[in-house]
Amino acid sequence: MGTLTLDALSRRYGATTAVERVDLDVAEGELVALLGPSGCGKTTTLRMVAGFIPPSGGRVLIAGQDVTRTPPHGRNTGMVFQSYALFPHMTVGQNVAFGLEMRKIGRAERETRVREALRLVRLDGMADRLPRQLSGGQQQRVALARALVVNPAVFLLDEPLSNLDAKLRAEVRFEIRALQQRLGLTTLFVTHDQEEALTMADRLVVMERGRVRQTGTAEDLYERPADAFVAGFIGRCNLLRGAPEGPGHFRAHGGALLPCLAAPAPGASVLALRPERIAVATEGEGLPARLATVTYLGAQTEYHLDLGGTPLVAIAPTPPESSRHRALAPGDAVLAHWDPAEARLLPAEPGDLPDDTP
Amino acid sequence: MAGSHLQRGLFGLAVTGAYGLVLAPVLAVIVISVFAQEIVSFPPEGVTLAWYANAWERREFARGFVTSLQVALAATAIGVPLGTAAALALARARLGGLRGALNTLLLGPLAVPGVVAGTALYLFYVRAEFWVDDDIKGTMAGLVAAHALLTIPWTVRLVSASLQGLDAAVEEAAANLGARPLTVFRRVTLPMLRPGVVAACLFSFIQSFENLELTLLLVGPGRTTLPVAMLNYLEFRVDPTLAAVATVQILLVGALMLITDRFVSLSRVV
Repeated sequence: MGTLTLDALSRRYGATTAVERVDLDVAEGELVALLGPSGCGKTTTLRMVAGFIPPSGGRVLIAGQDVTRTPPHGRNTGMVFQSYALFPHMTVGQNVAFGLEMRKIGRAERETRVREALRLVRLDGMADRLPRQLSGGQQQRVALARALVVNPAVFLLDEPLSNLDAKLRAEVRFEIRALQQRLGLTTLFVTHDQEEALTMADRLVVMERGRVRQTGTAEDLYERPADAFVAGFIGRCNLLRGAPEGPGHFRAHGGALLPCLAAPAPGASVLALRPERIAVATEGEGLPARLATVTYLGAQTEYHLDLGGTPLVAIAPTPPESSRHRALAPGDAVLAHWDPAEARLLPAEPGDLPDDTP
Repeated sequence: MAGSHLQRGLFGLAVTGAYGLVLAPVLAVIVISVFAQEIVSFPPEGVTLAWYANAWERREFARGFVTSLQVALAATAIGVPLGTAAALALARARLGGLRGALNTLLLGPLAVPGVVAGTALYLFYVRAEFWVDDDIKGTMAGLVAAHALLTIPWTVRLVSASLQGLDAAVEEAAANLGARPLTVFRRVTLPMLRPGVVAACLFSFIQSFENLELTLLLVGPGRTTLPVAMLNYLEFRVDPTLAAVATVQILLVGALMLITDRFVSLSRVV
């Protein structure tokens, strides 16, 4: 295992830029997820690491070695493809043995390592089956075993869970993470599913239109988003356009004056406030608001508030049936309260807010 | 319900009719081959295998059969690798605007009538004989080269179809595991194209084996192929010997198809 470094890695196709100066350091044994909407350049980045796409600029370093000009077969990366890409004409055992064969490893050792790899993914005794005789989940585990058996310096996963059904996906997610931690695999993982990224990765890289918007742990991204795009992409968030008005207040375009964190980020034009950090009450402190809709979601209830023309969504655990809160209905006057430190002022680019037209 | 019964009945009738139309000449040939009388007429005067014996005894059919077999095997052995390479280039190489033109060119021999292609080749061979100062027309090599030309469009079509269904990620996976480009081709691409290549071999063989029009202009004395030998025979006699030869040919091609289908499902590639 080794480290992986991307140094100002770029890829242009004619006038369009697919990946723009991506910098990233993946430590030994770390799992980093590249996360972003489709077309954000995450897969292109992964394929540049594997060597399938030559970069237009920048460098790829694996275990400190510059491999930017090395062809795919010389990079010692182990990749799991979205379609699994098993060799359909070879048995499971031959599939897993292929990489060892290419490395000129003797038959006896090859057989031992294939058996171990198959045991690792709980496919013992399946070596003589053909890929098409296996279920989707089993095929995926063969792909994992095939990539891992060669002890790659870097483990690459391209949306490996997207072809599995929801129940299996949660299971395999856990399994891959356990395997990765046990073997100490340096891993780069591409996904568009934020839940997948949040639950599996040590750190996440949020990409958008070829650029890295923010790199950090799940908590970094959720609690301290760098900009309005990240705030809106990771979890749910109220994003209100407007301008800071004196220290500790923000004037939303709708007209409401909202308390917020005192020190705004430079160029801040958006207030970001998580729905579950807003308390809705009928008495006490808070800004007066009117309930527009109340949506019962079982464990939680979603309140759409109207603060004198400024819309705000609040989510709270559903109150018990005995509680007066349970009777709240559209049209009721309520008070919305939050800790000003929870309301962050963030910079935003055109297109960052869902209602913006980019 | 009555309407749907009627519809189904009519459909069945149409299907039976279509099959009948396609199979009638083949069946007629097989039936005629055992008729006893020399001039075909109904009802048959008797049933005999004498025509098969006659065909066997006439040297030109046996020799023609061997020549056809040699030419078809050689043409397939040359044309299929060439056609496969061409299909790969069409699918993978950066050809830009040339792709369409090359594709049309490679399928060309299918569109040109055999007699026209034969004449063109004959004239070309006459000219070429000056340049190389050796015989081409009437030689085995000249004939094989012409037949290889016939096999290329079929191969390009069939292998291209196989290539389209091939997931490029599988080849990338092999490269990722340390296989060099040539190894990827040998160990992964080619085996995955196997159904297309096997079908291409079969169709190329049949194309060459039964070709008459192109061959007619290029055969030399003593190098007659089976279809040409049959045509020659027809000039002097019309007895069922030809039907006997044709029946053997039909059975051979049918057997080849059945055997091939056991290895690759032909309906999947064609």
